[in-house]
Amino acid sequence: MPTVEVTRHLYRFFPALENRTIRVPAGSVAEVLRAVDELAPGFSDYVLDEHGALRRHVIMSLNDTIVIDRKTLSDRVPEDATLYIFQALSGG
Amino acid sequence: MSNMILLGTRKGTVIFDRSNSTWIPRPIEHAGIPVCYAARDPRNGALWASLDHGHWGPKLSRSRDSGMTWEDVLSLKYPEGARYIVKYLPGPDFDPEAPVGQPEYKDATVFKIWNLAFGTAEQPGRLYAGTIPGGLFVSDDGGDSWELNRPLWNHESRGGNLFAGEATSENRWSGTPASIDYGVFEPGIHSIVIDPRDPLHLHIAVSSAGVLETTDGGQSWTGRNRGMLNDYMPNPEAEWGHDPHFVVGCAGQPEHLWQQNHCGVFYSDDGAMKWKKVSMPDVGVHFGFPIAVDAHDGRTAWVVPARADMERMAIGGGLFVARTTDGGQSWQSFRSGLPQENAYDIVLRHGLDVSGDSLCFGSTTGNVFLSEDRGETWRCLGHHFPPVYSVRFG
Repeated sequence: MPTVEVTRHLYRFFPALENRTIRVPAGSVAEVLRAVDELAPGFSDYVLDEHGALRRHVIMSLNDTIVIDRKTLSDRVPEDATLYIFQALSGG
Repeated sequence: MSNMILLGTRKGTVIFDRSNSTWIPRPIEHAGIPVCYAARDPRNGALWASLDHGHWGPKLSRSRDSGMTWEDVLSLKYPEGARYIVKYLPGPDFDPEAPVGQPEYKDATVFKIWNLAFGTAEQPGRLYAGTIPGGLFVSDDGGDSWELNRPLWNHESRGGNLFAGEATSENRWSGTPASIDYGVFEPGIHSIVIDPRDPLHLHIAVSSAGVLETTDGGQSWTGRNRGMLNDYMPNPEAEWGHDPHFVVGCAGQPEHLWQQNHCGVFYSDDGAMKWKKVSMPDVGVHFGFPIAVDAHDGRTAWVVPARADMERMAIGGGLFVARTTDGGQSWQSFRSGLPQENAYDIVLRHGLDVSGDSLCFGSTTGNVFLSEDRGETWRCLGHHFPPVYSVRFG
């Protein structure tokens, strides 16, 4: 099963995801996020907009490859992959 | 007399509690998260904060125990099929006389929940939220669920019902610079004025479109911009395209409405059927963002003027509040207790509030000032707050 690594900034809102390994069934990025949402209800609202597209300042990568399809999240997450979810940098 | 002040700031929600004559700030809530608006629902005491997450999308946070604990409220979402006609910032080659091209459509996403308003006592669960890109959301269950007001979204001044297909009219709404942070140039609803006598009667204000009124609970909307003067547009008296920075109504005399507009201070004593420009540039009353009106006397209002839009800071380095008690025929300036040298504060549209004889405002420089004598003298509640986006008495 693929692993999902989440920026620690999101633990503040979803403490259920902290201090654990997140493993969910393989599938598309959209399916993986739906599985994470079951572990932490409301999670997808933080990374996706109301159309299911990745928010503007959120980045995802499959291992070291940036997720290409930010709109429908169709990229495949293989069994042995890690999906990283993190935020674009900003300051001030 | 109010015993609470809520600040929405760039770094979270600050709540002051009154203890005798002292106002004591609590440790910041929502630490590190921009809060563009925070207010208390006077009907049930619930506290609300609109979180403007840079990465995670706009969220509403609610406290039902006076700020001890907070909970996320279901996000506002545009329904499937909600579209708008895209606007772009005018570039150097902008030609206002050029023919209108084919509209470009975009699916709507909530960029910012700019303000909240609480319904009347007859509608205890009713709340309103104004958003960028220009949708008004309504809740009838105390904020647990929200629905887009479609008659406003589908208004002919925005191109008509885009759920049904192509535009049937021209889009007259333009963008607000407040939307540029989100990578767009779209309109925003920042003012929602509910008639305390009639819950079906509302005015809203949109940057940059103008003021609209409903008398049937939001089933239909009519532009109310007669008398407005938009002096930077080719036709200053155009029906649409106005930039009200903030609009307020007098609770006791709801036909008295005020707006601090990009192009001056405007007043109406007939429910916005006709606006009158009441700026007095020679005493500094013209440009600014916030405005407050007395709860009983609709002719009495306060503004915190700023140097014209090219500079957007205190005039001449001295901060002051101006008050009128005669519907804008004359203005009196008050400076006692406010910095008069090297002050560069600007007060944003939700950054001033009045409650009885008390007024409070906060600036983007992090200064918060309070008056308890109707704005005549001021004292500082703190110089080192984060940039202040909103101030509301609780």
